[in-house]
Amino acid sequence: MIPISHVLVLSALLFSIGVLGVMLRRNVIVVFMSIELMLNAVNLSFVGFARTMDDMTGVIFIFFIIVVAAAEAVVGLSIILSIYRTRKTLNIDEFNLLKW
Amino acid sequence: MIVFFYVFALASLLLALGVLVFKNPIHSALSLVGTFFCLAAIYVMLNAEFVAVIQVLVYAGAIMVLFLFVLMLLSSNDNDQYALKLNVPRGLAVATTGVLLVQILTAFMDPTIRFGEPGAYPVERIQEIGSIALIGQLLFTEFVLPFEVISILLLVAVIGAVIIAKRRVS
Amino acid sequence: MSQIWLVPAFPLLGFLLNGFFGKFFGKRFVTIIAPAAVGFAFLQSLILFFEMRAADGHRLVETLYTWMATGAFQVDVAFQVDQLSGLYLLIITGVGFLIHVYSIGYMGEEAGYYRYFAYLNLFIFFMLVLVLGDSFLLMFVGWEGVGLCSYLLIGYYFEKHSAAEASKKAFLFNRVGDFGVLSAVMLIFITFGTLNFNMVNAEAASRLEAGGILVTVITLFLFLGATGKSAQIPLYVWLPDAMEGPTPVSALIHAATMVTAGLYMIARLSHLFVLAPFTMNMIAVIGAATALLAATIALTQTDIKRVLAYSTVSQLGYMFLALGVGAFSAGIFHVMTHAFFKALLFLGSGSVIYAMHHEQDMMRMGALRRKLPVTYFTMLMGTLAIAGIPFFSGFFSKDEILWKAFSSPLGGGGFWLVGFVTAGLTSFYMFRLIYLTFHGESRVDAHIAEHLHESPAVMTVPLVILAVLSVFGGFFGVPHILNFLPNGIELYFEGFFAQVPGTSHGSAAAEVGLMIASVLLAIIAWSLARRYYATSLEAVAILRERFQLAYRLSLHKWYVDEIYNAVIVVPAKLFSTFILWKLIDQNIIDRLVMLPGNVARGIGSGLRLTQNGMMQSYTLIFSLGAMLILGFVLL
Repeated sequence: MIPISHVLVLSALLFSIGVLGVMLRRNVIVVFMSIELMLNAVNLSFVGFARTMDDMTGVIFIFFIIVVAAAEAVVGLSIILSIYRTRKTLNIDEFNLLKW
Repeated sequence: MIVFFYVFALASLLLALGVLVFKNPIHSALSLVGTFFCLAAIYVMLNAEFVAVIQVLVYAGAIMVLFLFVLMLLSSNDNDQYALKLNVPRGLAVATTGVLLVQILTAFMDPTIRFGEPGAYPVERIQEIGSIALIGQLLFTEFVLPFEVISILLLVAVIGAVIIAKRRVS
Repeated sequence: MSQIWLVPAFPLLGFLLNGFFGKFFGKRFVTIIAPAAVGFAFLQSLILFFEMRAADGHRLVETLYTWMATGAFQVDVAFQVDQLSGLYLLIITGVGFLIHVYSIGYMGEEAGYYRYFAYLNLFIFFMLVLVLGDSFLLMFVGWEGVGLCSYLLIGYYFEKHSAAEASKKAFLFNRVGDFGVLSAVMLIFITFGTLNFNMVNAEAASRLEAGGILVTVITLFLFLGATGKSAQIPLYVWLPDAMEGPTPVSALIHAATMVTAGLYMIARLSHLFVLAPFTMNMIAVIGAATALLAATIALTQTDIKRVLAYSTVSQLGYMFLALGVGAFSAGIFHVMTHAFFKALLFLGSGSVIYAMHHEQDMMRMGALRRKLPVTYFTMLMGTLAIAGIPFFSGFFSKDEILWKAFSSPLGGGGFWLVGFVTAGLTSFYMFRLIYLTFHGESRVDAHIAEHLHESPAVMTVPLVILAVLSVFGGFFGVPHILNFLPNGIELYFEGFFAQVPGTSHGSAAAEVGLMIASVLLAIIAWSLARRYYATSLEAVAILRERFQLAYRLSLHKWYVDEIYNAVIVVPAKLFSTFILWKLIDQNIIDRLVMLPGNVARGIGSGLRLTQNGMMQSYTLIFSLGAMLILGFVLL
């Protein structure tokens, strides 16, 4: 029996590493991957809770999260593709038109 | 038994740090794949086999492959030189994340956390029905509405991706 | 029961009718209503006068209603007729009536006929309120009201720039005085808890220590107000300029009534003033100084009305001198006789001006006595009165003042000497006026000389009546040493005024001696004036050459206006422009007002920089926000 607190700690650590990745990396695709990492951390905590509380709702939720992550990755990558065609770079600092 | 958990946990942490640290984005992607595998192992240890399988098949197998395709299509030699250069905004980002981490840990480790009533599916019951059969049952009875919505979402995502990424015929 | 309220009600009604309907109903309406209003007021005053004489304690009080009652402070609108206000009532309404009648002729061709009479009636109303009020507050209402009417009437020819300036000057100098009155009223309220005259007078001795600071301050403030209203040093400069108004206005307001308001106030509060010997001294000194100063200026003026204006200032100085040495009844007696002869002189000069088609320069007059006989004769009577020639009215009142200035416990030889010299100057310049205007060679412009004729009866009859009063009015106050009639004034005011502490000095012999001296001086001055002005003006031209500096100082009014301008007006303007406007208003206040706007703009331009379009900084802000919210929730 794995104590739930250990699972949660791991989940929290993975999540914060993901956050750091989003804020610090320059390559936009690596940022996306960090987002995926964050989603996975959340998945982990869901599984942990499903286990402890003997409830299948957690597992079902993970299902949906995975689907959404897939859809989001697809759309996001296609956007990056079309931006790349104009900007010819993957440096996130170059995508700075969302301002005043 | 629990030793394995710690081993995989440590491995997944190191590999996640790898995502953060590697300059070459391909290396980051591969580290992420590794993380996913370790997590799948942990899922198995938590008696969620089906999730583990789905994780490997869909996440590591499909999504990460997609990432790798795009990376190789676009990256070429676009190495991230600024990966971990430290300056004020970055320092602030690290600090904020640190604080967030502490806050989340505090919430999780709070001794006064109360769990609700245990649900209807303890391990024995799952093994009795079969985990996949159980998930299928729940998905088509209790959670059928989100299921249908998700399918529409997928449809929209596919259409959207095709349209956005289409090369304009000039 | 005494209907005191009728007295001011008639002129008020006259003002309303003339003011609102005068233009509509026309000249005849106004001609009847305005003098009739004052006439009825005079009749009622006469009735009240005799009622008052018969009443207990010689006082009639009528309370109309309670004006304000807040906590401990209560003021009623109440009228009071006693010895002082009774006399004033008769003077105001009587002389006022004569002047109204006169104005029918004088202002006959003016465009703003109804406006003039409306204002004149309003003035009478306020003056009556001033003397009838039984408390400071009501008196102050009248005080301000007559100031307002003075402004309106001086500026009657408002299209003329000099007239508009003069009316502003009058009002502003009055205002300075009003500040004094208000300050005193506040102090009195704090000390006495009431503003009623009778109560203040009764309790003055018990609540205020004689010669103490409080009573001195109060009385000095009151005196400041009096100098404003009654044209004494330092606030007299408005009165000569006030001659811009029509001549009957000068006669009524600036000779007979408004300028005596200050004297009324001081006499009314005699019990308060005798407790402050310092103030009394100051009053006497200023009165004497003003009398002398104004008399010196009157010596060289060529505008006939200016001479009379300075003469008024000078005579008012005499009255203040009397009050200052404690001779209250003598001062009020001179108010009465002065009202008669000064109104007469002004109206007479008005008659001359009217005949001369509004020419006022005496240097362009001369030998008018054959053409304007009635005017000449009545003005001569007035001049004899003001010069103090025996048995005319001015002789009795002026002599009483001079004697009291010498003999009173607060008086002395110095005061008497100043008054004596001024009397000589008065006689001189008044006869100078007569000789220049009516005698000698005619310097009149030929075009005007053709049409010279005596004024109509509506103007000359009041002159005659006033002349009679100027000649015989003095017999009310025959001094004891000339014992052929009882001293009516003294008997009349018996027990009313406060007594100055101390003993008088001087014997009966001294009184006779001084009297003879001043008569002699008056006659000498008369003959001097005759010598220089009666026939030809060459002799006086030589005199002018010899005393050039004195002449110029006198002609230019000792440059007082110029000094005031340089010392007060110019610094005030500079201060306002550079400090109040440029520094405080523009820099401090405007900046303060714009501060919120500027702060908002500053913060805005600072915060704007966070929107730099870089997604990772947005992400940073997300996480900061999440951190804060989590922090809140967890704590």
